[in-house]
Amino acid sequence: MTPTLQYFLIASSLLFSIGLLAVLSRRHAIFILIGIELMLAAANLNFVAFWRFNPDPAETTGVIVAIFAIAIAAAEAAVGLALVIAVYRHYRTTSVDHLDQLKG
Amino acid sequence: MMNSIVQYLWLIPAIPLVASFVILSLSNRQRATAAALAIGGQLGSLVVSLLALSVTLSAPGFRAFQNFTWFTFGEHALRLGWVIDPLAAAMVVMVTFVGLCIFVFSTGYMADDKNFVRFFAYLSFFSSAMLGLVIANSLLLLFISWELVGLASYLLIGFWIERPSAAAAAKKAFITTRIGDLAFLLGIVWLYGSSGTLLFYDDGRGCLENSALLVLGATTTSIALLIFCGAVGKSGQFPLHVWLPDAMEGPTPVSALIHAATMVAAGVFLVARMFPLFSHGAIAGVTPSLTVVVWIGVITALMAALIAIAQMDIKRILAYSTVSQLGLMMVSLGVGGVIAGMIHLLAHGFFKALLFLGAGSIIHACHHEQDIRRMRGLRRLMPITFVTYTVGMLSLSGLPLFFAGGWTKEGILEATSHWSSSPLPYYLMLFGVVLTAFYMTRQMLYVFFGNPAGAAAHARENRPNMTLPLVVLAICTVGLSVFLTPAWPWLNDYLAGKVPEIDFSELFHPLMFLSLALVAGGIGAGFFVYRDVRDTDPLERAQPAAFRFLANRMWLDEFYGATVIALARISSKFADFMDRYVWDGLVRLVGVIGHLLATLTKGFDERGINAGVDEGTVGARGLGALIARRHSGQIQTYLGAIAVGMVALLLLYAWLG
Repeated sequence: MTPTLQYFLIASSLLFSIGLLAVLSRRHAIFILIGIELMLAAANLNFVAFWRFNPDPAETTGVIVAIFAIAIAAAEAAVGLALVIAVYRHYRTTSVDHLDQLKG
Repeated sequence: MMNSIVQYLWLIPAIPLVASFVILSLSNRQRATAAALAIGGQLGSLVVSLLALSVTLSAPGFRAFQNFTWFTFGEHALRLGWVIDPLAAAMVVMVTFVGLCIFVFSTGYMADDKNFVRFFAYLSFFSSAMLGLVIANSLLLLFISWELVGLASYLLIGFWIERPSAAAAAKKAFITTRIGDLAFLLGIVWLYGSSGTLLFYDDGRGCLENSALLVLGATTTSIALLIFCGAVGKSGQFPLHVWLPDAMEGPTPVSALIHAATMVAAGVFLVARMFPLFSHGAIAGVTPSLTVVVWIGVITALMAALIAIAQMDIKRILAYSTVSQLGLMMVSLGVGGVIAGMIHLLAHGFFKALLFLGAGSIIHACHHEQDIRRMRGLRRLMPITFVTYTVGMLSLSGLPLFFAGGWTKEGILEATSHWSSSPLPYYLMLFGVVLTAFYMTRQMLYVFFGNPAGAAAHARENRPNMTLPLVVLAICTVGLSVFLTPAWPWLNDYLAGKVPEIDFSELFHPLMFLSLALVAGGIGAGFFVYRDVRDTDPLERAQPAAFRFLANRMWLDEFYGATVIALARISSKFADFMDRYVWDGLVRLVGVIGHLLATLTKGFDERGINAGVDEGTVGARGLGALIARRHSGQIQTYLGAIAVGMVALLLLYAWLG
């Protein structure tokens, strides 16, 4: 069985859906962050997969974008965690159910 | 046969890794399954390792490797691979065997822990990462395993996460080793940039083979030093040794694993593996990078041995003894005695695991008491632990003839005495030998002799699943010495790729008598000073200031707190200030301008336009209230709506083709 592009796309869709599910269903802010990371990973996987199956091997845009995305995701995770800590200090909870200040 | 074992080499790290993942998926109650899987995984790895070892025995200096392309990136191809040579084979056998003993011991030691299952998953993972590091034929693969070892140590040191001190120790270990790793990574990048390969052996094109070393030329010194920084962090060398004693916060089997088979051995192994790079362009066996290795080793060995004298925690004494022994190994590597350093590492793996498991056995029996002042007279209460611990202690002290540590330590002294650059390390190492014998005697007298009292009064010998590993390791420590004698230096010659010969005239080396005298002197001094132990240490009574200096670990942690950590704190304060006042100020300035403009338009708005529009807003307000009810403020609801919308769009797109 040689891996084809489809396998990678299916894997990345699964990863994205799992991440989305975590974001939508988890109550703890850190799990939501993890879910976001999974979705980002799915996007990166797509980039790398399309790069890998590109007929021109000298074209490295896809993987470069993925590397940038990983670097930015690291920064994003740091900001996200800082936000979670700030939210915890302010509200004494990280359960997103209690964070409804956006209520209309 | 030769090629077939290389093809299956990846099984050595893979088996424990798979075991670890399977264990992680178990529930918390499946304790027996978890322990069986971890031990079975280790056993499987041991079998493959022994097969690999048997293949390397077929010819002196055997080396086989298998490389493959991980991925191609533009014109560059990143290649990884496995290698098996005497160095790797001896290490994998030691790691899997000692690991196995520690795993078995853990089934007893951690029996009451609620996270028993998770513990075994981490242990397997730790062992797998270390095995991957040993058989790697690529600096990149080695670095990946290196970082996995770091991660595993973080998880295990902080295993009792509910204790703040354990969480802090785990963080400290992770961050301190990370400092060294950063330099290591720079060294790797530099090496790749200059030589174009990270493979160790590649039919003459690898970075440890001549052609690449010639290309590197003078930059080898800088690259070697950067790589050595990684080893300094991992192997607890001065000035990055501070994490290692704190790592005692982890469960005792973890300490045994970190100090004997994995983690700290990685740094010494790295230098031994990269030795051609370190020694490239050597004049009479001396290069600038190796000289640095020697002196760092000398400083570490002596400093740690001195600090060990004044420690009261049974595990901390052993921790500092590890730091000291690692320094000794670094000295050996630095003076060119790679084989001597490596066999000391192997022997040290056995007797240090034995000592740590012995300490674990004592701590378990004394209800988690670790202060040696509160243990007394365990000799009669725990005879098996006593006898095995004595074997470990004599081996660590370096008593020649029957104990592995004695022979290997002499090998190192021998190598050091021939160093052409300076005779000083040799004499300092001799002093270190006396110190080692002294502090180990002190510990023995405190813990095992006298009349049982304190926490030790009700201690009982542990069950066989804890004593059996002790006995096995003790037998190995003594048995290994058969392969190490100067008369039949089998292990030496095996690692050096020579055919061993028996020559009994070599057995009684003058150095052996010197070493015997020094060890006897250290033990004698220990007996003299601690002949009747009381609650205050005799040395503390004699020299309170010096004792306090050593007991507080030469104030090094405080020194780092006042310098490095203070610097980090000041720079983050500065960043905070910039953020709060300068950048935030700019943002506020924009806000103020906007506000001013708004105030200007407000008057016009209120008087000119509002009056008319107010009439028309009643309906809009009602609609707004209706929509506002949909806005619960729950972000997840909004996100759900977005997701549904996205799926709807996708479906629409698919439907429209």
